[in-house]
Amino acid sequence: MNWPILSVVTFLPLLGALFITFVRGNDNLAKGTARWVAMWTTLVTFAISLVMVVRFDPTSSEFQFSEKHPWMGVASYHMGVDGISLPFVILTTALMPICIIASWASIQKRVKEYMIAFLVLETLMVGTFSALDLVLFYLFFEGGLIPMFLIIGVWGGQRRVYASFKFFLYTLLGSVLMLLAIMAMYWDAGTTDIPALMRHGFPLGLQKWAWLAFFASFAVKMPMWPVHTWLPDAHVEAPTAGSVILAAILLKMGGYGFIRFSLPMFPSASHDFAPLIFTLSVVAIIYTSLVALMQEDVKKLIAYSSVAHMGFVTMGIFAATSQGVAGGIFQMISHGIVSGALFLCVGVVYDRTHTREIAAYGGLVNRMPVYAAIFMVFTLANVGLPGTSGFVGEFLALIGTFKNNVAVASIATFGVVLSAAYALWLYRKMIFGPLKPSMDGIKDIGLREAIIFAPLVVLTILFGVAPKPVLDMSAASVANLLNKYQSAIAAAKTAALIAQ
Amino acid sequence: MNQVTQISGLLPVLPEIILACGAMLMLMVGVCTVQNERSSAIVNGWCVGILVLVAGFLLSVPAGRYEMFGGSFVVDDFARFLKILAIIGSAGALTLSLDYLTVDRQQKFEYGVLFLLSTLGMMMLISAADLIALYLGLELMSLPLYVVAASNRDSVRSTEAGLKYFVLGALSSGMLLYGASLIYGFTGTVSFTGIAKATANGASIGLIFGLVFLFVGFCFKISAVPFHMWTPDVYEGAPTPVTAFFAAAPKVAGIAIFVRATVVAFPGIAHEWQQIVVFVSIASMVLGAFAAIGQRNIKRLMAYSSIGHMGFALVGLAAGTPEGVQGVLVYMTIYVAMTLGTFACILTMRRDGMLVENISDLSGLARTHPTMAFFLAMLLFSLAGIPPLAGFFAKFYVFLAAIKAGLYVLAVIGVIASVVGAYYYLTIVKIMYFDEPAQRFQSMPPLLRVVLGVAGLINILFFAYPAPILNAATVAAKSLF
Repeated sequence: MNWPILSVVTFLPLLGALFITFVRGNDNLAKGTARWVAMWTTLVTFAISLVMVVRFDPTSSEFQFSEKHPWMGVASYHMGVDGISLPFVILTTALMPICIIASWASIQKRVKEYMIAFLVLETLMVGTFSALDLVLFYLFFEGGLIPMFLIIGVWGGQRRVYASFKFFLYTLLGSVLMLLAIMAMYWDAGTTDIPALMRHGFPLGLQKWAWLAFFASFAVKMPMWPVHTWLPDAHVEAPTAGSVILAAILLKMGGYGFIRFSLPMFPSASHDFAPLIFTLSVVAIIYTSLVALMQEDVKKLIAYSSVAHMGFVTMGIFAATSQGVAGGIFQMISHGIVSGALFLCVGVVYDRTHTREIAAYGGLVNRMPVYAAIFMVFTLANVGLPGTSGFVGEFLALIGTFKNNVAVASIATFGVVLSAAYALWLYRKMIFGPLKPSMDGIKDIGLREAIIFAPLVVLTILFGVAPKPVLDMSAASVANLLNKYQSAIAAAKTAALIAQ
Repeated sequence: MNQVTQISGLLPVLPEIILACGAMLMLMVGVCTVQNERSSAIVNGWCVGILVLVAGFLLSVPAGRYEMFGGSFVVDDFARFLKILAIIGSAGALTLSLDYLTVDRQQKFEYGVLFLLSTLGMMMLISAADLIALYLGLELMSLPLYVVAASNRDSVRSTEAGLKYFVLGALSSGMLLYGASLIYGFTGTVSFTGIAKATANGASIGLIFGLVFLFVGFCFKISAVPFHMWTPDVYEGAPTPVTAFFAAAPKVAGIAIFVRATVVAFPGIAHEWQQIVVFVSIASMVLGAFAAIGQRNIKRLMAYSSIGHMGFALVGLAAGTPEGVQGVLVYMTIYVAMTLGTFACILTMRRDGMLVENISDLSGLARTHPTMAFFLAMLLFSLAGIPPLAGFFAKFYVFLAAIKAGLYVLAVIGVIASVVGAYYYLTIVKIMYFDEPAQRFQSMPPLLRVVLGVAGLINILFFAYPAPILNAATVAAKSLF
C-alpha cells in the first residue's frame, strides 16, 4: 500500500472545510450540516491516523510514512513522522472530534465559519508536527495563527479583541526571528530539509544565534516565563473548544520545536543555554503556580497552571537525558489530555451559568455528582497524583533533570506541592461547600458531554497506570536523538581542547 | 533586402509598436465617433483588449536578448517579465475602472487612452538601457498619470491630487535629469553598460552625487521614504480606480528601472548605492508600518501600505544579487495581485450610489458580504505576510537574499516592521469579522468579482504551485547579471 497516508491525514480536514464552504440552504439546515460534516471529517481523520499507529514501527528511529516532492525551489514538500512527532499527530486528531462535539450546543452563531476555522486549524496543526522541511514547518506553524485569531476574536468573550491581537502579534514577533534563522541555516547548509539539517553540523556562532531565534519563537508559543502573558488572556477569552486546542496542542508546538530543532540541530548551543532554560523553567514552575493561587477566574487559573506544567517540559527537554526528554514528551501528551479536559469541565459549567468567576460557584457536588467525579479525576491528574498520567510525565522530567542538575530538580519539586495547593483549592471552592443559591437549578452533565469526557477519563487513568505504549513509541527516536546530541557535545569539547 | 532585415529587426519591439498604434487608434475612434458615455465605455473596454493583445505578443517574442536603437532599448527576460506584470497591473486597474466610470457618469474615452500611453511609457522604461531612454520612458509614463489623477474634474480633491502629483513629479524629474547629467559629465556616456565600465574601479564624488539625484527620482516614482509625501494625498484624492492603477503598474516600472539602473550601470560601486538602498528600504518599511496605524481612510491606509511594501521590495535590491533581484520580481508579482484584489474590494464599498472610504464602513462585512470579506481578509493577511498566503513568499525571497548578502540588521528591522504592519491589517480584519454589521454595500459588480476572484485565488493558492512564477523570476533575474 503506497498511498500518502500522512498527506491524507493532514489535508482531509481541509477538504471537509472546503465542503462546508459550499453548503447552502436555510440557517438551521446549514448549521446542522456544518456540524455533522465537521464531526465526520475529524472522526475519519482520527481513524486514518490510528492506521498510522498500527503501521508505525516503534523500533526504528527513522522518519516513516515519508513523502517528498519538489515544491518551491528552496524547500521541498517533505512530510514524515517519527516516534517524537507521531504522538502529537494522534493527540491532535483525537482531540479534534471532541472539540467539535463540545461546541455542538455552545456555538450557535456563525456555525459554518466556526467549523471551517477548526478544520483548517487541524490541517495546519497536523502539518506542523509532520513537516520535515523547515519552510514547510514554518508555513504550517504560522498559518495556524489565522484561524486561531478568528476563533478567539469572533466567538470569544468580552475582551476578545484585545486577547486575539495580543495572541497574534506576540506569536508573530517570536516567529519572524525564527524565519530569519531558517534562512541563515539554508545558506549554511544549502537545504531546509530537516533530516539533512540534523546531520549538518552548524558552526558554533550560527548555532548560538539560530538557537536564540528559535528560542524566541518556541518560548512564546510554549509559553515560558516571562513571555507567557498572552496565554491567560487568550485562554480566558477563547471559546471552550478554542481553549482546549490552545492548551492541548498549540502550546505543544513549542516543546515539539525544542525537541525537533533546538536539541539536534544546535547541540552545543542547547548545552550552553541549558542553564538559561532551567532558570526560566524553575521560575515558571514556582512563580506561575503562586500566581495561579491568586486567580479569581477559573480559566485563568488553569492557564497559569499550564505555564507551570510547561516549565517541567522545558526543564526535562534541556536536561537532555533519556528520562528528561521522554518525560517532556509524555508530560506534553498528558497535559494535552488533562488541561484540555479541564477546560472542557469549565466549559460545561460556563454553558450553564455564563460565569467564570470561582466565587460564583460552590457546592456543585450536590447537584452534579457525575460532573464532580470527572472534574476530580482531572484535578488530581493536574496535581500529578500517581496513577494518573500527570504523574508519569512530571516524575520522569524531574528524574531526568535530577541526574543533571540537582538544585533545579529540587526546587522544581516544590512546584508539585504548589500545584496541589491551587488545584485542590479550586476543586474545594467549586465543588464542595454549601450550595450557592444561584446554582440551585444546575443540571448534571448530559449524554453528549459524557461522550466527550469518557475517552479522556479512560486515557488519563490508562496512561497513568500503563504509560509504556506511549513511552515505547518514542523511545527509539529519543535514544537516537540523544546519542547524536551526546556525540556532538563530546566532539565540540574535543575540538575546544584541541584548540587550546 | 536591407529593408526586410530592418523590419524583422523591429520584431522585439512589436508589442510596444502595437500598443502605441492601438492608443492612437483608440484616440481616433474616440474623437471621431459620437461623444457619449456609451461609446466612451466601449473605447475604454477595447483598451483593455489592446492591453491583453499586447501581453499576448509579449509572450510570443522569441526568448533571448535583443538590443535595439543603438543599444538604448533592450529586450531581455527581465524586461519581458516586468512588462507582462505592468500590463497585468494596467489591464487590471482599467478593468476595475470600467464599472466605476459608468456608475459615476465619468466615462471619457481619454481615460483608457491615457492608460495605454502610460503603459507604453512603462514598457519603454522597463526596457531602457541608457539614461535618455530612461527619461523618455519615465515622462511618457508619468504625464498621463498626472492627467488621470485629476480626471474627475468636478472634484476638488481629484484636481488637487493631480496638481500635487504633477508639481512634485516635475521636481523629481528635474532632480533625476540633473543626476543623469552629472553621471554623463563624469563618465562621458549615457549607456548603462558604458557607465558600468567607467565605474568599474570606483567613482568620483561627482558621480556619487549624480547617483544620489538619480535615486531621488526613482524613489519618488516608487514612493519610497523620504520621497513619499505625495503618496497619501494623491492616493486619497484621485478617483479610486486611478489609485489602484497608481498602486500597481507604475510601481512595477519604477522598481524595474531602479533595479536595472543600479545593477547594470553601477555594479562597480555596489557598496556605495547599497547604503542608500538599505536606508531607503528601512525608512520605508518602518514609516509604512507606523504611519498606517492611525489612518481612518482606507485609501490613505493603502498608500502607507504601498510605501511599506516598496521598502520590502527594496530589501531584495539592497542585496544586489541574482537572488535579490529574483526576490524583487516575485515580490512585485504578488504585490500587484494583492493590490488589485484589495482595490476591487475598496471599489465595492458603495452605499446609495456613493463610494465610502472609511475603514469603519467595512464593519461586520463578514455577515453582510461573507465571500468578499473572506477574500479581503485573506488579501490583508497576505499583505501582512502571514503564511501560507502569497505575501509570505514575497517577503521570504527578499529576506532570503538579504540574509545571504549578510544584511542582518536590515532583515531584523524588516521582519519587525512586518509585525508592526500586521497590526493595522489585523485591525481591518477585526472590523470586518468581530464588529457588528453596518449597512450593506451595493452588490459587487461582475467585473470586480472577476478581478477579486482571480487575485484572491492567486493569493490563496500560490503556495500550492509556486514553481512557474519562481522559475520565471529566476530566469529573468539571471538575465541582468
